[in-house]
Amino acid sequence: MAAPRHRRRGFSRRVQYGLFAGYVIAISGILLGAALLLVARLDPRAFGTLRGVVVDAGALFTGIGRVGVEGLHGAGDSISAYVEAGSQNEALKRELARERRAVIAAKVIAAENIRLKKLARLAEHLPAPILSARLIGSTPTGQRRFATLSAGTSEGVRPGMTVRSAEGLVGRVYESGIFASRVLLLTDGETAVPVKITRSGQAALATGQGDGTMEVRALIAGGSPFRRGDLVVTSGTGGVYTPNTPVAVVTTVRGDRAVARPLADPARADFAAVFPIFQAPVADLPSQPKP
Amino acid sequence: MIARRGNPYMERSALRVTLIPVLSVLAGSAMALVPVIATEPIVPPFGLMMLLAWRLLRPEIWPVWAALPLGLADDLMSGHYLGTAMILWTVAFLVLEWVDQLLLWREGWIEWAIAAVALPALGVGAWALSQPGDSHTSVLTILPQTIGAVLLFPAILRLTAALDTWRLKR
Repeated sequence: MAAPRHRRRGFSRRVQYGLFAGYVIAISGILLGAALLLVARLDPRAFGTLRGVVVDAGALFTGIGRVGVEGLHGAGDSISAYVEAGSQNEALKRELARERRAVIAAKVIAAENIRLKKLARLAEHLPAPILSARLIGSTPTGQRRFATLSAGTSEGVRPGMTVRSAEGLVGRVYESGIFASRVLLLTDGETAVPVKITRSGQAALATGQGDGTMEVRALIAGGSPFRRGDLVVTSGTGGVYTPNTPVAVVTTVRGDRAVARPLADPARADFAAVFPIFQAPVADLPSQPKP
Repeated sequence: MIARRGNPYMERSALRVTLIPVLSVLAGSAMALVPVIATEPIVPPFGLMMLLAWRLLRPEIWPVWAALPLGLADDLMSGHYLGTAMILWTVAFLVLEWVDQLLLWREGWIEWAIAAVALPALGVGAWALSQPGDSHTSVLTILPQTIGAVLLFPAILRLTAALDTWRLKR
């Protein structure tokens, strides 16, 4: 087939001017887009209201669809549970006995911890969660890693608050609409979490890589501080994240860097709790100068 | 074009003729709202694919600036910075204007080839424009969805053609 010859200008002045105006609008639109991008670089929270409205509208669709997806997940799980019932029962019994012993040991340690903290007069100001909400969707087409949380400004969710599930840290609230908000996941390139390795207490920085993993870099260069299977928890340095929240597990070690996989899988987590921004307590209040 | 007005056999609802291309592109962008929570980009950019398919099939219905509002809608739904798809899609339209002058022959294979160049290029562009300054995201993260998009494109062309026959049906 021969290519269609549209945009043929001919002798009609009207068509000529119309085509020219189209190009002018397109070029000025590109310039406008560049200006918008620049604004986004300088102030990432710009156009928050407009974006919030779209988050709300999208959450309406996503929330309805989510019910069906969860039903499918549930059906698959229950079918496989029937198939594996016998062997799973045995394994679970053994695991339960093992866990019971571990829980007793943990209770003893917790009691001792409380006693020691009292001795050391250590006061902790850990924030309580504001609310729990459902994670209903994400942006699977885009290059940024956002999840949609079904709570917004009307319930007190504000940008910057941290979100965690039962397994560990999920991310931070990026922008919020009235009844839904976007959560910046740990795997997004913008995320940087101050962490430490539980085995050694070594401080490190975990950043998202956009492909479902995080990169962990030690703050002190040199050596090989990471091992496969190391647990990475938040250190609470600089505030924002509550200390000792599980973040990720190291899967690959490359010299003084490591690749870690986040512990909390947002696809599996039904509910996530929203925490206010953590502010590290001041160790000693400055004494009043004597008059 | 001849005697469209006043002739009952040529009358179509103008709303259907103009709105279906736009609405189908918006519906493609709204695939970003599917209720799956992905830790990596896995769903192909259906909005862009629909727009490319419509542009290749019916070049005459799209003014050059039409990509601007559609790109804005895609930016809002995909969570990119505003302006990312606005710029990229409009640039793609301008390049396609030039390609239209260049090519003397059109076929399904050629349209697939155009899309196979355009989709990875626009994917890399979206990656470059949407990342914050100190990001560590590798450009390879766009690979799965781009391969999926290129392989799915003939199906999207078929879907668009079906929509087009329905749109112009009397």
